[in-house]
Amino acid sequence: MTTAILVSIVMTLVAASTPILLAALGELVVEKSGVLNLGVEGMMLCGAVAGFAVAFSTGSTGLGLVAACGAGIATAMVFAVLTLSLTANQVATGLALTIFGVGVSSLIGAGFVGRTITRLGPVFPAALSEHPLLRAVFGHDIVVYLSLALVLGVSLFLRRTRAGLILRAVGENDASAHAIGYPVIAIRYGAIAFGGALAGLGGAYFSLALTPMWADRLTAGRGWIALALVVFAAWKPGRLLLGAYLFGAVMTLELQAKAAGITWLAPELLAMAPYLATVAVLTMMSIGRKTGRLDAPACLGKPFSAS
Amino acid sequence: MTQPPDQTVRPRLALSHISKSFPGVKANEDISLSVRPGEIHALLGENGAGKSTLVKIIYGVQQADEGSIAWNGETVAIPSPKAARRLGIGMVFQHFSLFDAMTVIENIALGLDEAVDRDELKARVAAILDSYSLPLDPEREVHTLSVGERQRIEIVRCLLQKPKLLIMDEPTSVLTPQEVDKLFLTLRQIASEGCAILYISHKLHEIKALCEAATILRGGKVVATCDPKIETTKRMAELMIGAELRQIVHGDSSGAGAVRLSVSGLTLAGEPPFGTDLEGVSFEARAGEILGIAGVAGNGQSELLTALSGERPATKADAITLDGKPIGTMSAGPRRALGLACVPEERNGHAAVPDFSLADNSILTARHRLPLTPLGIISTGDVKNFADSVIKRFDVRTTGTAALARSLSGGNLQKFIMGREIGQQPGVLVVCQPTWGVDAGAAAAIRQELVDLAAKGSAVVVISQDLDELLELADRLCVINEGRLSAPRAVAELGIDEIGLMMGGVHGESGHGASGHGASDLGEPAHA
Repeated sequence: MTTAILVSIVMTLVAASTPILLAALGELVVEKSGVLNLGVEGMMLCGAVAGFAVAFSTGSTGLGLVAACGAGIATAMVFAVLTLSLTANQVATGLALTIFGVGVSSLIGAGFVGRTITRLGPVFPAALSEHPLLRAVFGHDIVVYLSLALVLGVSLFLRRTRAGLILRAVGENDASAHAIGYPVIAIRYGAIAFGGALAGLGGAYFSLALTPMWADRLTAGRGWIALALVVFAAWKPGRLLLGAYLFGAVMTLELQAKAAGITWLAPELLAMAPYLATVAVLTMMSIGRKTGRLDAPACLGKPFSAS
Repeated sequence: MTQPPDQTVRPRLALSHISKSFPGVKANEDISLSVRPGEIHALLGENGAGKSTLVKIIYGVQQADEGSIAWNGETVAIPSPKAARRLGIGMVFQHFSLFDAMTVIENIALGLDEAVDRDELKARVAAILDSYSLPLDPEREVHTLSVGERQRIEIVRCLLQKPKLLIMDEPTSVLTPQEVDKLFLTLRQIASEGCAILYISHKLHEIKALCEAATILRGGKVVATCDPKIETTKRMAELMIGAELRQIVHGDSSGAGAVRLSVSGLTLAGEPPFGTDLEGVSFEARAGEILGIAGVAGNGQSELLTALSGERPATKADAITLDGKPIGTMSAGPRRALGLACVPEERNGHAAVPDFSLADNSILTARHRLPLTPLGIISTGDVKNFADSVIKRFDVRTTGTAALARSLSGGNLQKFIMGREIGQQPGVLVVCQPTWGVDAGAAAAIRQELVDLAAKGSAVVVISQDLDELLELADRLCVINEGRLSAPRAVAELGIDEIGLMMGGVHGESGHGASGHGASDLGEPAHA
């Protein structure tokens, strides 16, 4: 009986963690290239609504996922053009992107409110995915496995490949990278597009897998948690995975408490937990920074123009 | 290497009649020069003489308007740095293009045009380090390295491409004498293998020690070519600045006056992330004297300056006293009002606000001592007059007081900042790197102003890495190393080797492949 509870905890935890893991992983690559895109929440919402709309009209969740990536990239490109080509302020543009994403998703989603679709199913055959014990490992959908593969991929890319080295160099010292002859702006465009795709995918995970029904502001501020997570992980993919699952655990506290019949603690307080944890983590990190740790890419958030 | 180069050898690089104009200036006019294989050729000139434009043309960063470049006797076009590197031209810039948070080997990999397998690259780098006996640990992160070690990364980057011409842009400006000696050994070895070296500098004794030929530029034109081994340094300097060189006139500082600034047992934690802790720093600066503080970069100089300026107050009020008044816990404004002026090393962003005009920048520090803001309202006329007087007195080349600080070249901005502080007649002036990047003529003028300020009864503290400057200026000299300050010694009784060793301290090369690098690292096992 206890194993059944444990397995179900694992299932909800993984499900809750996956979208923030994806969005945060994308943002990590963006920030490694020296760009701070605070529009993660907006890109997630655009991905969520595009994914839902396509899945609803075509009946294919697979197509929905692809559309979500596309929508995420499209939204990210708005940010990229403004901040890279027109050297707009990254913080202000990122915030505007979030507001934009909230509005656009509400507009497009207006006709879909309350509609449902078939949720994204598990990858493996029922024998594995519905096995009482093994489903903890094999009972997940394609996006979960994809997210794990991406963590490994991004980690290897950043540490082991020349392209990853160049991306880090651009984030570390854009002027030097430019002086050596690397196309700083083009590399940042690429990173932002990747970040957009993963944010879109993360957003679509809400509308296609978690709650296969459209509702306004479906992502409920998870994009901000993803941003905090990148800082928490000190820009390291491995720690990001750990952090995402930790946050996932905190986020599912409310559900777990309800299931365990805990009534002495108001569920609203538990629902606050992830956001409180975000604030706590960010405060802890900024104290840590005073002790002189070099985690953040040195050029993070600084505009670059070749001259 | 001391015998004259064979005149019959075809030049590796020959520039003929190179001209290059920018809107309003002729940066290069009809410049011809040639460098033979194995020759170390000096390119001498003040800031703005056209050295860097010429070098940029050779390295493909810019294109000449007129004239031609011949490489091994054949006329070539060099449209980009990549093309230059393909020909075999390597360049070590004055400001390194390095990535602090990355390792040496990653930095080297980034500087290569083609992707090289990590293990192969490691082997090639190890071979170069070995054959030139350069101590450098490929796995170290750059921010933990000394400036000399950082320069070696750039040199190795170039050597990996097997250059046939190596351009060194002001390579010794931040090195200790021992590091300079080591660099010269390396350069001589590189030259002896047939590589031509174009050595840009305005340090004449170095050129005398190293180079076999010199081309002297002034105002974009070649004014002379000479053999620096024969020509006197005084003559070369005069050719370079086009006038008689001003000799610094020292006042009589033998009877130094009352103590104006006194620091005792000042201890301050280093600034993160890579700061050095100040430990028990004590010194006195007297009226009428210039106290020099020598040391290699990153040994606590910037911490000492921020502690004196009041940006980071001390814990005890009497750790710092100004004319007998304890000021240790005061912030920067009150200290300035009492007469303690400080010029930090970083001009843009620390000493001046880049996006403010020169007039506005002069208000920022001068308002404490000059009546520029009566009742808190800016007196535009007085500010403009003050800024104008600084511009005139220090020969700041700018369009006027409305020019933004960022629009000035480093040397010109430095002149303005020094003028702004000296113009306030401070009781104590603390300056960090007063003439960094300033050309020889202007540097002499700034030094003379410092001497004059001291002669009027102020105490001047000069923190510098340029030993020549300190020996020329200072009456007494201390050395800062690992955040500790040595006892001051009268300059007259010190030899340059002695100071160099004091400066080197733990930083000195051990010669075992790993270089020692700081007390903070002593607890760690040495890197192989």
